[in-house]
Amino acid sequence: MSDTIVALGSGRPPAGIAVLRLSGPAAGPLLEALTGRALPPPRRLLLRPLHHPGSGALLDRALVVFLPGPATATGEDMAELHLHGGSAVVAGVLEAACAHPGVRLAEAGEFTRRGFDNGRLDLSEVEGLADLIGAETESQRSQALALAGGALGRLADSWRDRCLTLLADAEAGLDFAEDEADVAARLDQAAAEALTAMATELEQLVADSGRAARLRDGLVIVVSGPPNVGKSSLVNALAMRDMAMVTPHAGTTRDLIEVPLNLGGMAAVLIDTAGLRDTDDPVEAQGIARARARAASADLVLHLRDQPDAEWPATGLPLLGKLDLHGGAAPAGGLALSATTGAGISALRAHLARWAETVLRPGEPALLAHARHRDAFAEAARLLREGAEADLPELRAESLRLAARAMGRVTGRVDVEALLGQIFSRFCIGK
Amino acid sequence: MTFDVLVIGAGHAGCEAAAAAARRGARTALLTLSADDPGTLSCNPAMGGIGKGHLIGEIEALGGLMGRVTDAARLQARVLNRSKGPAVHGPRAQVDRRRYRAAMGAALSAQPGLTLLLDHAEALIIEQGRVAGVRTAIGEVRAAAVVLTTGTFLGGVMHRGAEREAGGRSGAPASSLGDALRALGLPVARLKTGTPPRLDAASIDWALLDWQYGDADDPHFGDIPGTRDPALPCGITRTTPATHAVIRANLARSALYGGQINAVGPRYCPSIEDKIVRFADRDSHQIFLEPEGYDDRTIYPNGLSTSLPADVQAEFIATIPGLERAVILKPGYAIEYDHVDPRCLDAGLAVTSLPGLFLAGQINGTTGYEEAGAQGLVAGANAAAQACGLPPLRLDRAQAYTGVMIDDLTNQGVTEPYRMFTSRAEYRLRLRTDNAEERLGETAAATGLVNEERAASIRKAEAARSEGRALLHSLSATPHQLAKAGIECRQDGVQRSAFEWLRFPMVGTAEALRLWPALAGIEPALLATLITDARYATYVERQTQDLESFRRDEALGLPPGLEWRRIPGLSPEMAERLQAAAPETLGAAGRVPGVTPAALLALLPFARKAA
Repeated sequence: MSDTIVALGSGRPPAGIAVLRLSGPAAGPLLEALTGRALPPPRRLLLRPLHHPGSGALLDRALVVFLPGPATATGEDMAELHLHGGSAVVAGVLEAACAHPGVRLAEAGEFTRRGFDNGRLDLSEVEGLADLIGAETESQRSQALALAGGALGRLADSWRDRCLTLLADAEAGLDFAEDEADVAARLDQAAAEALTAMATELEQLVADSGRAARLRDGLVIVVSGPPNVGKSSLVNALAMRDMAMVTPHAGTTRDLIEVPLNLGGMAAVLIDTAGLRDTDDPVEAQGIARARARAASADLVLHLRDQPDAEWPATGLPLLGKLDLHGGAAPAGGLALSATTGAGISALRAHLARWAETVLRPGEPALLAHARHRDAFAEAARLLREGAEADLPELRAESLRLAARAMGRVTGRVDVEALLGQIFSRFCIGK
Repeated sequence: MTFDVLVIGAGHAGCEAAAAAARRGARTALLTLSADDPGTLSCNPAMGGIGKGHLIGEIEALGGLMGRVTDAARLQARVLNRSKGPAVHGPRAQVDRRRYRAAMGAALSAQPGLTLLLDHAEALIIEQGRVAGVRTAIGEVRAAAVVLTTGTFLGGVMHRGAEREAGGRSGAPASSLGDALRALGLPVARLKTGTPPRLDAASIDWALLDWQYGDADDPHFGDIPGTRDPALPCGITRTTPATHAVIRANLARSALYGGQINAVGPRYCPSIEDKIVRFADRDSHQIFLEPEGYDDRTIYPNGLSTSLPADVQAEFIATIPGLERAVILKPGYAIEYDHVDPRCLDAGLAVTSLPGLFLAGQINGTTGYEEAGAQGLVAGANAAAQACGLPPLRLDRAQAYTGVMIDDLTNQGVTEPYRMFTSRAEYRLRLRTDNAEERLGETAAATGLVNEERAASIRKAEAARSEGRALLHSLSATPHQLAKAGIECRQDGVQRSAFEWLRFPMVGTAEALRLWPALAGIEPALLATLITDARYATYVERQTQDLESFRRDEALGLPPGLEWRRIPGLSPEMAERLQAAAPETLGAAGRVPGVTPAALLALLPFARKAA
């Protein structure tokens, strides 16, 4: 029999409330022990005082609910305790729970893993859930929800089915064509065209997936410029926290400093870099090399200068800082600001949010956020192209079979019987 | 009477089982009802085909009988799928029924250590939890290992309209061993299959028909036999809308549609009534009129399997061009029979729960002579191994179609009669008829399934292959040289070996011989095989990683008698599926339907590296 696991399902205390989740055969008995009463009716949230089963001490007055399996997230009996969110309360109830026979603290991801083990989730749903737990912003959450709700699984399934239909044609031609079934030899040209069309569609999905990864991991914005123009001050102003050390000395920032940023509901990572200059200091030189590399792969580079007559690169967003010192005009296509007074900072924030909006199109779901899914779709596209070009039918079938399998890997479902089912339902096989 | 191995039933599985056990040196008895049984073709007079021809090639490579007996009895032979690549070529022969039986009988008689017993097996003798022989109508036969190959005879019931008759084949009684197997707790279920009416050749208007001839090069499975009689063609005709109308009007009188039969039949071998119901939009189906022998007027109309009453059979036959006045010699029928859920077997076809008992052929839920023969060979070889303390014969999915079939059967079970398709083999490009000996020769020699003379020829062939392959790798050409030889190709300036050039479709056998005259020194069949290897190389190499992970999982053995229900982290449903299939390796567990990657993780702690 499996253990019963317990974990804090909500954010870290202290907080308004804290939700403990229990899953496993002892969920019910433990709830009875803590409340000292019979189980509440399934799926009804009730107020109950909780006592330590050993000492009898009152732990908290909590809302409790019992969720009998298998129609639960884990497929097992579950219970939830909605506690007052103080650290001591949570620690006390967790301690009392783990004193119960067969109950232990859950390991990371163990609820999800149980749901997966009990067939409540497929692989892509599990990954979607993991993302959901990690989602910090609104758009990340809606993308993760689309994944957890099975949208990716449905997409992969529909692609796998399209591969299977073509594969059934190909396989029927190989296994039965000659004298057992009237499988037309029409397949070759039509199949090659269908394969090419599918490959093109898949490639577009994969191309769109850069957007999906950005939605999940955040856009990368790098602040770049000569030493001591106020890059770290700008970063702190945008983050509204002192994330980077600021001194009057040039070369203070030597390594990359990454700051998470919320741009109107979209995630971004703001990166402070070492000022760009020639230096003999090997540590600073390495920092500068990293700064250049990061700027090269960034989604947007903010080029900060502190003199109105400075030169700005043609790409990226030109920014003129230290406005409070010189009162100069904004560079063409850019903004002027002061991290010290806050002038121009909210305009910059609004500008960045608009930019993020156009890049990420957060209203449209982007499905291929995971490298694993992207790889599977890209591989399928490559195999379909290869199949279109194959000159022998068994080689085309081989490419198609692998493409269908690549799709199946996204949802964890691959099955020969599905293929035979297709063949027998569509072709009259048998002499 | 005491033997090492006793084989019950002398159909295709039984003959191969008995011969394989005897080849390995086991004192073997083959028990059957009549001396005419060995080599009887109950259904169509043809051997091989796509997937099935592959199985015969493997039987041949393992020293079995089916290939050479087919060669000796063939009326005509063709290679199906010749227009496609060699991996899916399917050699197939129409055979003379009587000659097939005679040749099989002769092959069995010539096998030392093999005794044919004519008797009726009535019950298994079980002592101390193992099978120790059978009780027969006249006494007992004892053996250390028993191979059961009962075909459709286990609880067989034939249906024709409302008529029912117990029996395993037209004119032969059924076997009652099915009850014995049920009593032993083996999972028994029912399947059905069917056969068409037989027609009198003299009553068919052949002039109206298309004819299909064998291939000019007269393909064969074994060594090239001597002179033979001229090949016979098959006739081709088609059903008509009138045929379909007669069948539709009488559907309720069909045993299948009238409700007499509930068992599941094969989707790929439907009765004519099935075809007309399921593919209602078609107004015609092709019918092959196959001769049953040189001195035989019987014609087998392939495509007309039916369970309709005899009078309806006569009525619809008369609507088919060329068959207007055809005389039915024997009406068709459907047959229901017992089979054992093959998930109760291990990869050597031994019943896991009852030591000493092996099952092969239709009893395991398969259909087809070739499927039966290949299983028989494996079961016989393993029965001999158990009785005489020899190493077992295990074939895996990457090695042989036989391995694919047994793995499918023992892990997935059957929901309809199982037939071999090339699409079932994930390593299809490796598993070809032309390289069966390359794949299995070493195993055949190591297990004593072939004699020393044949083992020597296998070693010689392997040496010639290595030499030929080395030659293909050593010869080379530039794109410029190809262009000069009149072969269009991209002028990328890259010099490639002959093996590499043969991957390109524009370099075939003729071009290769023109570019590299030294290749003419390689024996033509071997050269063809090497060229096929080269042709598929890109795809085959890509499978290598797959194959490694497959072999890695196959090498992780799960202990026998594992208590699936007590494995932490396995859901009850998963445990039940695994319990039924009792996979022997982690790889096999992964192929049990519905078993998830997470379940495999849960099994991992129990898996042990094979020594």
